[in-house]
Formats: sequence, C-alpha cells, structure tokens
Amino acid sequence: MSLTDRVLGDRQRLAYIASQAADARLNVELETEGMTLNIGPQHPATHGTLRIIARLDGEQVVWAEPSCGYMHRGYEKLAEVRTYPQVTSLVNRIDWLGSFANEVPFILAAEKLMEVEAPPRAQHIRTILFELSRIANVSLFLGDLGVQMGAITPVFFAFRDREYVLNLIEGATGGRFHPNFDRIGGLKDDLPKGWIAETKAVMKKLRNFCDQIEDLLFGNEIFQSRTRGIGVIPRDIALQYGLSGANLRASGVDWDLRRDHPLPMAWNKADWKVWTHPDGDSFARCWVRLQETRESTRIVDQLLDTIPSGPIMAKVPKIIKVPEGEAWVSTENPLGEMGYYVVSRGELGPFRVKIRSASFNNISVAPWALRGVYVPDIITILASLYFILGDIDR
Amino acid sequence: MSTTSETQPRITSVAEVKAALGDRLVDSFHKDDLWLRVRTDAWKSSMRTLRDTLGFHYFCFLSAIDWMPSPYGRGEDDPTEPPPERDTTIRQGYAGGATRMQVFARVTNPVTHVSVIIKADVPDDSLAIESIHDVYAGANWHERETHEMFGIGFDGHPDLRNMYLPMDFEGFPLRKDFPLLARMVKPWPGIVDVEPLPGGDGDEGGDE
Repeated sequence: MSLTDRVLGDRQRLAYIASQAADARLNVELETEGMTLNIGPQHPATHGTLRIIARLDGEQVVWAEPSCGYMHRGYEKLAEVRTYPQVTSLVNRIDWLGSFANEVPFILAAEKLMEVEAPPRAQHIRTILFELSRIANVSLFLGDLGVQMGAITPVFFAFRDREYVLNLIEGATGGRFHPNFDRIGGLKDDLPKGWIAETKAVMKKLRNFCDQIEDLLFGNEIFQSRTRGIGVIPRDIALQYGLSGANLRASGVDWDLRRDHPLPMAWNKADWKVWTHPDGDSFARCWVRLQETRESTRIVDQLLDTIPSGPIMAKVPKIIKVPEGEAWVSTENPLGEMGYYVVSRGELGPFRVKIRSASFNNISVAPWALRGVYVPDIITILASLYFILGDIDR
Repeated sequence: MSTTSETQPRITSVAEVKAALGDRLVDSFHKDDLWLRVRTDAWKSSMRTLRDTLGFHYFCFLSAIDWMPSPYGRGEDDPTEPPPERDTTIRQGYAGGATRMQVFARVTNPVTHVSVIIKADVPDDSLAIESIHDVYAGANWHERETHEMFGIGFDGHPDLRNMYLPMDFEGFPLRKDFPLLARMVKPWPGIVDVEPLPGGDGDEGGDE
C-alpha cells in the first residue's frame, strides 16, 4: 500500500483534491488573466521579513512561493571561524524565541564527539530550561494566532504570561532572550535560590493561560471555521517535506524526538504524553501546540521535584579541543527538529557545521500547501505552520 | 550510562540496509549513527531504494561538505604579514570519499525511528549530481541552498534560483576558499586585544 492510499479523513481528501484541481487549472488555463499578489516583506502576518509571491486566479491561489533571505546571517560560515564555546552565542539567535533550546543540540553534538557527558544535575536543569524556552516560544504562538484572524485579546494574555517565563529564564541564566548558558560538559551556573518555588507558581499560571486560550480561541466558531479543513497536509507530504514537531504530529505521525531518540537529557524521568491529531489541518497544528504547552508545564513541574544533587559541570579542559569525527544530534525544539551536523578535525573550532533548522523544512511545504487556497487562508496556514524567520534563513 | 551505548540499538538493520543497496554502496561506517557512501551515479536510485524498500520516508536535510581545508585558516591571520603555509590536503570524513565536494543527506524511518546519513562524491570536473527532488519533495529547497552555497549543480532540478543571495552574487560562500571578508579586513582581536581597554594603562582618564 502506498502512502497516498492511506485513509485520509473526508475533509483532508476534499482539500487534497481542491489543491490538485488548482494545479490542473494552471495547466489548462495558462492564458487566464491572473494577478500576482506580493505579500511582505513587511507584513504583520509574516513574523518578520518574509515575502510571499502569490499568483491568483480570482480569490484562489494558483501558485505561491515564499521568498526567503531577508534574515540570512551565514551562521554555518561564521561557525567555521569560531571556537566551540563561541558557537553557542551564534546559534542562540537562530530561533530567537526559544534560544536556550538552540544551544542544547550543538553542545550535545560537541559532547558526543568529546565523549563527555554532563552530570545528572546539569542534564536535569538543561531539560527544565529547554522546556521553559518551549513554553515561552509556543505561548507567543498561541496568542499571535488570534491576531491573524482578527482576535486581538489573546496576544495580550500571551505577552503577559510569557513575561513570567522570560523572568524565570533571566533569573536562572541572566539573559532573557539569549541565555548563552549551556557549556560543553554542563552549565554555567547552578539555579538561584527560590527559583524552584517561583517556577512552580509560574507553571500554574501558564496552565491557566492555556485554559484561557482554549476558551477564547479554540472553542470560537470563527476560529474553527477559519482553520478546520484549511491547509490540510497529509501524512506522506508532511514526511517527504521533512516537516517536524507539532506540524508532523498534527498530520498523525506519532514521533517525538524527546521520547524516541534517547539523549543525555532528563525527559525520560518525567511522565508525559505525545499528542497527535489525525486531521493535518491548521486547527490540528494549533491544537497540538496547545496540548504540548500544557505537557511542557507538567514536565517542568515533575522535573523540579526530582532535581538530583551533585556538580553541574563535568571535568573538561579549559581549552576545548574536540577530537576528529562527525556527529549529528537533533532535539525536539519548539519549532520542530533542530539538529547540528558537526564535523571536527581535532581543532579549536568546528570544520563544518550544518544547521538543520525546523522552520526551513516547515516553510518549504508552503508552495504545496498554499495551492488552491483562498487569499485570507494564506495567513492562517502560514501562521499555523509556525516559523521564525531567523530559523528559516539562519 | 554513555550516550553511545544508549543509542546503539537504534540501528538494528545495518545488514538490511547494506543488502538493499547492494553494489551501489561504496563504503559505510557505523558508530552511533550509520553513514553510507553510495556511487555518484547511483545517488538518486539509492535514495529511492531507501524510501520505497526500507521505509525511510522522512527527509531530514541535504547539504554538502567542502573537504579542502581553508587556505585562510580560522581567519586569525595578520593581514599585513604574508599568509603562513597551511596543510591543504583533502581528507574526507566517515565513510571515506575521493572528491573535494560531497553531498550528504539524512533520512529517517518514521516507524522504527532508524536514521541513516547518506553521502555521495561530487565529481571535481562536472560538480553536478542528480537531483532527488522527485524522490523527496523537501529536497527541492535544500538543493537550491546547496547550489547557492557550494556551486554544486543538481541535474533535473526544476528551479535552482538563489534563496538568500542576489542572483548576480559571485562566488560560493560556504566553499572553503571563499574568504570571510569580515575577518580579512581587520585582524581578529580574539588572541591579543589590540585596542587599549578604557581605564587601562594607556588611558589618561582620571581615577578621581
């Protein structure tokens, strides 16, 4: 059985056929009087500077393509002239809403090559901070989601509650957006006094926030009609475009790197659930992210209770030389699978770093997903795919 | 509890992968991941086998490596001095190789969660390889990026426009012989600080 024959929901099938019909029409009616619509580079719905060029036939998109590159900073080249500890301050800026989560896979890749492992306490705190950056990142997504559809209120809740999480990250690391806190072999510092109790209180607030968003948005009729059955991405398309994270799970693939790819982190020490949704539409992607935020607050709560005692740094030399070899480590970042392919030549800095960022793959499906949709749906589909511009361009 | 031993059981089908690829496989390397190197002319058919026979449906990424060490080192040379002699022997990584440029990709089986990293040599003279965008649709953008950054051609790719740089940009930024200009115009102060620190010995400012 080929993957395309897999049972899709009726809604999915209809949207699938609609997009193919648009494709067919492109071939037949080449001489139609179309219109080319340029969205961006500056547009409130693009979360930065992304330009979308759409060719329209009436209200329907016949062909659309995002045009990237407004945020390209060349981190792969820059990493080649930096030492390993310096690279973390670069990769911090890839997905700027969940910075700490960008550092972790790079550090883990370097540790893998050096065959050192962070002590259990450091692994534990890493995981907590990782999940906190996920909460900070995705809570903003949940608030921003309403704005794309004309609901202004949720974004204020989101900014208010994200502030609590950012304060926690600042309290532990000293940096609100760019912590640069992860070190090869452990962490820069231990947690400050009183941080654990404060975090627990904030997690409670964040769970309330999730409930609020669910009441405000997910039950809302307008929201549902704007997202349900719109932008359906079937399982096989999601896989071959390399969609990851919530986008993939919303298409029914039960795969979470935190659970399925064991890493020296503490996710397996908490009891949590991987959420999936069979529909693959915009609503499913938003819904999975909402559940994941809840799940993250539960992970943090459980891990806070079980932080082991001990050192936070393993014994690593002051000047870090990483032995020759190649390593790939990826983690389940707020946006999806974020990985680093590090090639080392036994020098102070990496020979080559390939940064596999989630948004690049997630947005590469846009030309496929936008075919046949109506102009206002471009915004909801792109919003539900959820990308950060720095994560596309690197 | 070491990372390696914990991740080892993930690759359970090394023999299976090798058997399916047959004589298209040139070399392989198995640590905690599985590296495969296939013949250049079998790049696309190997990817197809991986997807259809072995169920590697998830496309993770595709990129390239330039194995020639940079003639500029790590950009820490003094621009007023003649550049030092550097070893520029090409030495490929895991699973070997015979050319300066290699493309590599990573694909995953979403059911068993087994992944492989697959490499192929890119001939030095033609600098081109088959496009796999019709095997994995997601490779389309990755090939565009690789073409832009390394100058590697992908035969059969529908549209190799630049993604990031202007179309008239000259050079291929991720090649090792492309200088990082920011490091060329000003000596890197990373080793010795060349500027006096405020409040240091050279500073006349008062201590009052």
